[in-house]
Amino acid sequence: MKLDVLYFAWLRERIGLGREQIETDAATVADLVAELRAREDRYDLAFSDMASVRVAIDQDLTTLDASLEGAREVAFFPPMTGG
Amino acid sequence: MPITRVQAEQFDPGAELNRFTEAQSDMGAIVSFSGIVRDVTGGLSSLEIEHYPGMTERAISAIVDEAAARWSLGDALVIHRYGPIAVGAPIMMVATSAPHRVDAFAAAEFLMDYLKSRAPFWKKEITREGAAWVAAKDADEDALKRW
Repeated sequence: MKLDVLYFAWLRERIGLGREQIETDAATVADLVAELRAREDRYDLAFSDMASVRVAIDQDLTTLDASLEGAREVAFFPPMTGG
Repeated sequence: MPITRVQAEQFDPGAELNRFTEAQSDMGAIVSFSGIVRDVTGGLSSLEIEHYPGMTERAISAIVDEAAARWSLGDALVIHRYGPIAVGAPIMMVATSAPHRVDAFAAAEFLMDYLKSRAPFWKKEITREGAAWVAAKDADEDALKRW
């Protein structure tokens, strides 16, 4: 499937881009992370501490074990600091 | 109808509050909060706020809906800026109206607690030495537990 993958804040800076489209067979968010980490060092570094990474599927917050079935957009970012 | 605005432009919290107040009828209580960029260390030149267009608006709407379901509210206003923001300038504001103050206060606090940790904004501090992302505080996450 084709997925739009978005990165924000220091994840965006470490990976060096804010958005990319990837072709993947990953079943869950965790599978997708493993696939990205295996690609290149910059991904491996960005995802080295998953306790400080949050994820949203199609703009709804979710968890790493969430299924990617039907997903179009997956976003990775650090804990939010609004307000 | 609740109003939520996510914008780069500066805004005037006083003028916004006056407009919000004028639009209310039969509301005995209006509570407002404004968050201002503060130079804690003495070296801050500005704050840069990144957000996730689309999800930001969705998340804020969901938080406002939740507040409206929990308390007897007349109306709510949320404004949050993104982009570069100067020291001393407003970052965001919330206002709530309700027949009685207890609901207006509680809903405003709830909105603030959730906007801090559940709306996709990220703050970066720009100082003379460089730039650094602001880390989320455990206390902010803990604040959600009281609701």
